Amino acid sequence: MHDKPTSRIKRPHIKSVETRYFEERDSLFRGLQSLDRRTFMKVSTGAAAAAVAAGVSHHFHSFLPINVASATEGGGARQGFTFAYISDSHLYIKKTNERFIRQLLRAVDDVNAMDPQPDFVLYGGDLAQLGRKEELDLGAQVLKSLKAPVRMMVGEHDWFFDMGHRWNELFGPENYSFNHKGVHFVVLMSVHEKDFWTARGMTPAERMHTVAGLDNAVQSAFEVGAAERTWLKKDLEKVPTSTPIIVFSHSPLYKLYRPWNFWTDDAEDVQAILQRFDHVTVLHGHTHQVLTNRIGNIQFHGMLSTAWPWPYAPQGLPALTVQMNRPNPFDPNDGLGDGSVNVHPEGLVDKVYSLWNRNPTEVKASYLSSDGAQDRPVIATLASY
Amino acid sequence: MKNTPWLALALVTLTAPALADGPSSSANPPATFNGAKVVKLCDNKTTVQVPNDTPKTPAEGKKIADALMAQWESKHPDSKWVAEEVEAHQVVPPEDNTKLVGTGQSSTYGAVSSQDVKVWNTETYKEAVYGSSVFHSGDELGSEIAVSCDMCHPRAANTHPETYPKFQPQLGRVALLRDMINWCIEHPVRGKVLAPDDPKMRALEAYILAQRKGVPLDYGKR
Repeated sequence: MHDKPTSRIKRPHIKSVETRYFEERDSLFRGLQSLDRRTFMKVSTGAAAAAVAAGVSHHFHSFLPINVASATEGGGARQGFTFAYISDSHLYIKKTNERFIRQLLRAVDDVNAMDPQPDFVLYGGDLAQLGRKEELDLGAQVLKSLKAPVRMMVGEHDWFFDMGHRWNELFGPENYSFNHKGVHFVVLMSVHEKDFWTARGMTPAERMHTVAGLDNAVQSAFEVGAAERTWLKKDLEKVPTSTPIIVFSHSPLYKLYRPWNFWTDDAEDVQAILQRFDHVTVLHGHTHQVLTNRIGNIQFHGMLSTAWPWPYAPQGLPALTVQMNRPNPFDPNDGLGDGSVNVHPEGLVDKVYSLWNRNPTEVKASYLSSDGAQDRPVIATLASY
Repeated sequence: MKNTPWLALALVTLTAPALADGPSSSANPPATFNGAKVVKLCDNKTTVQVPNDTPKTPAEGKKIADALMAQWESKHPDSKWVAEEVEAHQVVPPEDNTKLVGTGQSSTYGAVSSQDVKVWNTETYKEAVYGSSVFHSGDELGSEIAVSCDMCHPRAANTHPETYPKFQPQLGRVALLRDMINWCIEHPVRGKVLAPDDPKMRALEAYILAQRKGVPLDYGKR
């Protein structure tokens, strides 16, 4: 691996020509490790063309294969921007399992190496594996090394030991909204479950263990719940329909496959609240895979996990999902990764899956808007083993 | 191997009528304590005291049996493991062979009885269900990092046991399902590999195959 040359001496913010040259060179080689030649040519010529279009002469010789700046200005008041995501790290304490911690650190390094830096980083939930204070504290500590600000979302693995107590202490309320560069962001807690534990006399640890098993049928279905739906309605009340909405939810906000809780029980009710807006995007964790869907005006994208990949559900896969072939177990960390989201000025997003062992995959808004007619994503498929 | 609760239940119900009939003539006669009879369960440990003036009715006998059984169950919280495992992980049941009942005329043991079918079914299912409990437990698998098979293979998805044996270049030889199970135990799970005839290995194979019931065999498929 090519680590960036670092120094312990505190340096001024401006980087020397040499430093930048070596950073770009490193970035190129890092990119080459996961790009085949054809994709590399495509990406690098694209970057050169964009640099010329933007009149950035000093970028012309750039080693950077990807230019994140948006090519079209749009003319509106809104500007395009990029945010990154890391999701589903499922941390145990270090003594139990250091592998998942190492993998989260890799994602943090990826995001910190982004240049320019993303406006913020979304953490997509399931920071902990068994919801213990120690696991959440460890996760919070690791995420502190991200240079960009972090927006947190909760997952069921963070919640069902102490019903969110420690998570709330660390990260604040589990559902909230914020505005960024003209986009209204909503973060939902979509993994509430109806009480299955009291009648069975379960301890908090048993309850957590039950929910932690993806295929455990004793637990209830995920739901946003009536109280939070009311909150959502109220939150969106004064937002004009032309404002782009981006929703973060841990579970997919639609019904895919109930036996694995790739599912939100009141998904239709939540979708109904979102239908009146012109541009809505939902980003969800939980499914640990490249997953794409569109229902009405709502575009859905999954996020990759840093811990382990899930197989595709045997039924109910959305027609718009271009499947990645199954991760190769002989290739450690295949199917894992992190990624970024490029928000267009008009408010729809191109979703980038930065797979660690494969070419990055981009699912464009135009692919979903055209119902699959344009810009079909090229999924990085490895030879079957 | 794990105990089955029905076995203990069958034995305790034998004990209860014996009490209702009066003093037992078995080798282990119930002792007395402070003027009360002490009734023992067949495990020779679990006991319950019954006042001497207890009416010798079937209803009272049942109460005694229930009291003994309740004690036994609280000492064996794992005794309902089959039902609990099935409820949690929905293990696919084996072929139901009821249609064979009454057939097999002129075989050595006569026609197939419903009892035969029940034994086949129960025992086969139990093997797969035990496999499910191993599959879903990092502890049972001996994982050093609390990882279990279901983390990547919920309900044994993506295990495709029907494609083995096949040449596995990464192993440099033809792999059987058990070779891949052991590979996974050694690497992603970080546990100790199992001997081919280890009860856990046999059960894991049973569970994985059970979950693919009805899928045609397709050995060598990549």
